[in-house]
Amino acid sequence: MFQNLSSKLQTTFDNLARRGKLSEADVDLALREVRLALLEADVHFSVVKSFLDRVRARAVGAEVSRALNPAQQVVKIVNEELVATLGEPGRLNLKGPQPRVVMLVGLQGSGKTTMAAKLAKKLRDQGERVMLVAADLQRPAAVLQLQTLGQAVDVPVFATQATPVEVAGQAVAAGEKQGKTVVIVDTAGRLQIDDALMNELIAIRERTKPVEVLLVADAMTGQEAVRIAEGFHKQVGLTGLILTKIDGDARGGAAISMRTVTGVPIKFLGVGEKTDAVETFDPGRLASRILGMGDILGLIEKAEATLDRENAQQAAEKLVSGQFTLEDFLTQLKEVRKMGPIGQLLGMIPGLSGPKMQIDEQAAEQQFKRTEAIIHSMTLRERRSPEVLNGSRKRRIAAGSGTTVYDVNQLVKQFKDMQKMIKQLGNRKGIPGLPRFR
Amino acid sequence: MFAKGIRESLERTRNQVFGRIITFLGQNDLTQETFDELEAMLIQADLGTNLADDLVAGLEVRAEREGIVRADGLRKALRQELRRRLGDPPPLDLSARPAVILLVGVNGSGKTTTAAKLARYLLDQRRSVMFAAGDTFRAAAVEQLQIWGQRLNVPVIAGQPNADPGAVAHDAVMAAKNRDSHVLIVDTAGRLQTKYNLMEELKKVRGVIAKAQPGAPHETLLVLDATTGQNALSQAKAFKDAVHLTGVVLAKLDGSAKGGMAFAIGSELGVPIRYVGTGERVEDFAAFVPDRFIEGLLE
Ligand SMILES: Nc1nc2c(ncn2[C@@H]2O[C@H](COP(=O)(O)OP(=O)(O)O)[C@@H](O)[C@H]2O)c(=O)[nH]1
Ligand SMILES: Nc1nc2c(ncn2[C@@H]2O[C@H](COP(=O)(O)OP(=O)(O)O)[C@@H](O)[C@H]2O)c(=O)[nH]1
Ligand SMILES: [Mg+2]
Ligand SMILES: [Mg+2]
Repeated sequence: MFQNLSSKLQTTFDNLARRGKLSEADVDLALREVRLALLEADVHFSVVKSFLDRVRARAVGAEVSRALNPAQQVVKIVNEELVATLGEPGRLNLKGPQPRVVMLVGLQGSGKTTMAAKLAKKLRDQGERVMLVAADLQRPAAVLQLQTLGQAVDVPVFATQATPVEVAGQAVAAGEKQGKTVVIVDTAGRLQIDDALMNELIAIRERTKPVEVLLVADAMTGQEAVRIAEGFHKQVGLTGLILTKIDGDARGGAAISMRTVTGVPIKFLGVGEKTDAVETFDPGRLASRILGMGDILGLIEKAEATLDRENAQQAAEKLVSGQFTLEDFLTQLKEVRKMGPIGQLLGMIPGLSGPKMQIDEQAAEQQFKRTEAIIHSMTLRERRSPEVLNGSRKRRIAAGSGTTVYDVNQLVKQFKDMQKMIKQLGNRKGIPGLPRFR
Repeated sequence: MFAKGIRESLERTRNQVFGRIITFLGQNDLTQETFDELEAMLIQADLGTNLADDLVAGLEVRAEREGIVRADGLRKALRQELRRRLGDPPPLDLSARPAVILLVGVNGSGKTTTAAKLARYLLDQRRSVMFAAGDTFRAAAVEQLQIWGQRLNVPVIAGQPNADPGAVAHDAVMAAKNRDSHVLIVDTAGRLQTKYNLMEELKKVRGVIAKAQPGAPHETLLVLDATTGQNALSQAKAFKDAVHLTGVVLAKLDGSAKGGMAFAIGSELGVPIRYVGTGERVEDFAAFVPDRFIEGLLE
């Protein structure tokens, strides 16, 4: 249902004059779509409401800039407000007497233990002397899990038979004796409504005096994110948020909810199961992901890392000049495929992301192969000037590639559409709300 | 600055919403606001905007057609509409011997704990059970299942760390056959549904099981965290496409989340919820009872 906010808004505003002031009616019309987008992204119902109030206040009466149309103007304001709500990325606070204690808390299975190991590795690489503390005595084999991870990242793990509060207390004392600079306490998962276990967290906090109490939350969390964050914050006092499993296709609206109710900064993102899969967060990227505009910057980064730069440069120039041929298209396809499974890539493209537009990976792969086969069956001339393709040529190509004339026609049509679109893009100054290609 | 103001407004909205829902469930006259509040409540229970909108639109039509003017009349209609979307979950198919149950899902959703809970549930029915430790990836995942195995006295078939999960599954089916076990529960590593290679691996595991015993796996259950929002549908869809789900286990329903995604999964994908997990202990497990679930949602 929800495809691409920009294009939806575009239709909404199609009949509107290109310039002038945004009227209340225009804005309300646009914000209806934004509301749906945010709810689809799991931003909490009430948080969406207050967010839209802020956007509305800014947008009504705003001058529509000459460079933008009204839809783009609204998207721009929404995006700016979203970025502001997400806030600046927080840095780990490592001030105060050593060892500084970092405590990880959260629901069951949110990724605390994995994140403990990731942070330990990160800090160790920065020259800190780190100790991990196994204070989850609840989940079977949780201590062994941390020990295994500790070994993998070469950080010692403190574990002993005692209550979690006692374990944490003893660990800090041992860390101090051993000259550790950072002690990371991994705690058991718990529900924010479980009073006994929440009291245990409070006791650990009082005993170890942490400089950081970080809530580790799953990026897939739904409307409950508000109550979870609020529950932990009110009872234990959070200093930061960590969002895990952001490597999936969840839009991550929970981040907005949690930021709004706690006001504490987002400090890290968990982006995979391996111990180096941790990132500092980028509000712009997360905002566009939540809005469903796709993680464009992510795609660019990835592309830059993988694509042969010169190739990319050439292609980009050709793209803009409209001299892009089917041959270039094939080269690009091959480069793109180097970047990983197609579904993952497509997920990062605006208009293709979002829960309703699940990419059928297999179908996409097949489509890819079919396209490749068709272009391979073309002569050089056909690839460079598809206008020469007549009926008999198409039949030959179809037979050669094991496809149908219909498939060949489809490809040529899509390619032409793309050429047209790219030409238009090249004439514009860039798309507002979206990062510019450099 | 804004945090406090919003917290207050949240508090207010919540009180309002739930205050009005109570009225809504009571005897007041229907107003447009009733429907707005109803939609708000459904969205906050993670039903998703599409389904919430569908339900509310359907109720508006019914209210007009059936002449419902009081909120308590609407309550019954809502219950019916919700109930209709959940269907009747069938019991586990345990006719084969061994009956193979494959547990799949994203990371940390509760698969291994559900394996233990299911085992205990089946042991209570006097069936013999075995485990296959198919998570060969996550640190100490095998040991976690082995601890459950020891506690429940259920044998665990495991491979070396980083062993091929397909090979473990194969060995486990063979072992379950040899020992004439009633049920084999295959635990698997968590995987996000967007990871192509990991989903391929899961297909392979399923294929290996099917080859080792025709007709198996007899049940393939997606273990879903009840706190999950709209992504749940994407999960269910991807796992369904990859390994033909026969049902969902809704874990962690003891939290404050309502698990409203179950409706979309039931009505859009036709995958029924079969069991619920309500805590970390093995006994915190029950067959899914639609009426009770709806009760929890509306309370
Ligand atoms: N894909 C992915 N998986 C993660 C991430 N963080 C943790 N996990 C996985 O999520 C599961 C639960 O993590 P764990 O650290 O044990 O959670 P805890 O119960 O909160 O300690 C494990 O399977 C982890 O490998 C992440 O950022 N991405
Ligand atoms: N509160 C609660 N916690 C659960 C439930 N099921 C599992 N857990 C916890 O969730 C965490 C992850 O569970 P696990 O079975 O290891 O997940 P897996 O990674 O999918 O195998 C553990 O801490 C479990 O104790 C449940 O129904 N309720
Ligand atoms: Mg843990
Ligand atoms: Mg597991």
